[in-house]
Amino acid sequence: MAVKHAILVGVGGQGAILTAKVLVNGLMKAGYDVKMSEVHGMSQRGGSVSTQVHWGEKVYSPLIGPGAADILVAFEKMEAVRYAHFLKPEGVAVINDYEQPSATTAAGLAAYPEGCLEAMEANFKCYTLDAAGIAEELGNPKCMNIVLFGALTHALGLEEIDWEEIIRETVPPKFLELNLAAYRAGRDAAAQ
Amino acid sequence: MEKHLLSGNEAIARGAYEAGVKVCSAYPGTPSTEIFESLPQYGGELYCEWAPNEKVATEVAYGASIGGVRSLCAMKHVGLNVAADPLFTAAYNGVRGGFVIVTADDPSMHSSQNEQDNRYYAKSAKVALVEPSDSQECIDFMKEAYHISEAFDMPVIFRTTTNISHSKSLVSFSDREEHSCEPYVRNQRKFNCSPANAYRNHPKVEANLKALAEYGATCPINRLELRGSKIGVVTASIAYQYARDVFPEDTSFLKLGLTNPLPMDLIRDFAAKVDKLYVIEELEGFMEEQIKAAGIPCVGKELVSNLYELNPERLREMLFGVKPVTKELPVKAVPRPPVLCPGCPHRGFFYTMSKGRDFVIAGDIGCYTLGGAAPLDAMDTCVCMGGGFSIAMGMSKAFAATGEKKKIFGVVGDSTFFHSGMTGAAEIMYNKGGVIPVVLDNHITGMTGHQDNPGSGYTLQGEVAAAIRIEDVLRAYGYENVMIVDPQDLTAMQKAVDDALASSVPAAIICRRPCLLIKRIRHEKGLCVVDRDKCIGCRKCLRVGCPAVMIRDGKSSIDPNQCVGCTLCAQVCPVGAIARKEGK
Repeated sequence: MAVKHAILVGVGGQGAILTAKVLVNGLMKAGYDVKMSEVHGMSQRGGSVSTQVHWGEKVYSPLIGPGAADILVAFEKMEAVRYAHFLKPEGVAVINDYEQPSATTAAGLAAYPEGCLEAMEANFKCYTLDAAGIAEELGNPKCMNIVLFGALTHALGLEEIDWEEIIRETVPPKFLELNLAAYRAGRDAAAQ
Repeated sequence: MEKHLLSGNEAIARGAYEAGVKVCSAYPGTPSTEIFESLPQYGGELYCEWAPNEKVATEVAYGASIGGVRSLCAMKHVGLNVAADPLFTAAYNGVRGGFVIVTADDPSMHSSQNEQDNRYYAKSAKVALVEPSDSQECIDFMKEAYHISEAFDMPVIFRTTTNISHSKSLVSFSDREEHSCEPYVRNQRKFNCSPANAYRNHPKVEANLKALAEYGATCPINRLELRGSKIGVVTASIAYQYARDVFPEDTSFLKLGLTNPLPMDLIRDFAAKVDKLYVIEELEGFMEEQIKAAGIPCVGKELVSNLYELNPERLREMLFGVKPVTKELPVKAVPRPPVLCPGCPHRGFFYTMSKGRDFVIAGDIGCYTLGGAAPLDAMDTCVCMGGGFSIAMGMSKAFAATGEKKKIFGVVGDSTFFHSGMTGAAEIMYNKGGVIPVVLDNHITGMTGHQDNPGSGYTLQGEVAAAIRIEDVLRAYGYENVMIVDPQDLTAMQKAVDDALASSVPAAIICRRPCLLIKRIRHEKGLCVVDRDKCIGCRKCLRVGCPAVMIRDGKSSIDPNQCVGCTLCAQVCPVGAIARKEGK
């Protein structure tokens, strides 16, 4: 098989890197060669963050450039737009319908762009969901990333991987039920 | 065999452990920091520490080598500038226990001030250079690096780049192999770099390098991958991974792990086996210029830019003119720059300095470099670690010559103070500088992800240690008026600045409040809320530059998810429309 590439993007602190790790655990268990790249450093300070995951029989580069990603997972909708050029033209996007102001928009120095979701949906196959709202309904806003993860697994279609088992192995027992519910809710939302 | 997913940095730590390393010293710096963050797990079998700076770390590790054990130091690329002095002399003296210096370069400057290519250090210092291309090689090549260090009696520079250090790939582990030297015996001839000894050591260095160059032909980390005879690629480091994705299947590769000295005979033989030879490397044409100088025709930097990080898509376009196909969206994202966190103690100082006063602020490297960003916009210069005080000093001497009247503040952090700010503070005192030194003491090395330092009171292993008091150091230097202020109290902060400017004796300011992200401290968090009836929409609260404070429908609004109740916005509100609620 050709190597597949996913790029997960968001704002520092949203859990994009953690989500990528859950994805990688599943891919490793399924026997794929996996590489993952993370952006560290200044991105912790409320900046834009991205992490890439690549899998296949044999993976060489841990990094891709524009036009190479099969799937984009955006934890914030303006970040989807920022990284959209990484997607192949036939690529798929999973987008959190969630707006987080940047320092520039919060201070009124620039306007948060209108029509992010519409622009993505007009150009790519998209799974859009209100992961923050779903997480809130489940009683803990922090499980937003696992809601998105659920949607990502639906979009990926890697049916041979038991993702619930991977979640069981990854999250602390105290949060297991919440995370399983979040995963299922995200999967269902993407399937609709 | 069981596979583990490790970053290059974690793998370097694992490799050092498996190689039987016993003493490790480093100063944190992105992208190298996680090497030492993952060393304490092997704490029973090796000693590891944070040193005050990279020069000290290199000296400690080299001293351990002289003492008879395998040793490791690590730093980001610019750290080696600080550590260059011991490096060049260690190269002449040679080693006892294997001695490896890890340098993590940062192409594209994800978190750095330049994209210097540290391979040139190996050539200039006349030491071996080892370059891995993934995490498994980080483990395996570390062991080979220690073998080379001992077999050829020299330090080894082990060079990664951001994408090797921070990318994760699958590895398998081996057991640790213990290693020991003969009992210690004084050897001044070898380890005392007096001119007479150095004079006799230089020919030995040249002979060792020559022997190492010959070893390069059979060295296990130089690998020949013979496929077709049309195209051959000489490459190393992360560029190998990119090239494997970009060149056709039948391309032959000479993949080098030992890149100084270059195995030129091996390269010449390889070149003779292919019709066209490429040299693919990130940043400078380090290998290419030597290969061309040896009279071997090759293609490299005329196609592949020496600017910025490569990736397969960029490389494909530069080599073969194939542009990636992307879709253009009608919507554009606005910038999302990094900012000081909500509740950051640095904010109060920079806000105070930003209020339209005629100040020059020579800054330094750390989270507080963000004090230069809008709307705080309160920094004139940032050059290097510890440079804040000395750059300010030079400016004050220039201003004295030109008649410029602006007041100058030199600003460093606590970790930066111990790194190399102390010498600048001595310079200001000794040479009668017209500069006010300011230490922004948040009790931690913040920007690199919270490492302890000589002022924080803890070691790398989390054990309690002596916390050196910055005020005691400054007073010992002769700063008679050291003001310690909570920067979150804007009235006190302003008073400290005014008093320092009016002081008749040498004055210094320490802004002291711990970083809110330090986990072992219990922080008294709260929440600020806006009374929309009182708010007049004057936007003064936006001037503190807090990401939690924004304007909604013409009035101030505070994001409860981000706010920690630091009250800076409340302190600057002219109508008392913002109040703090306890607890969060």
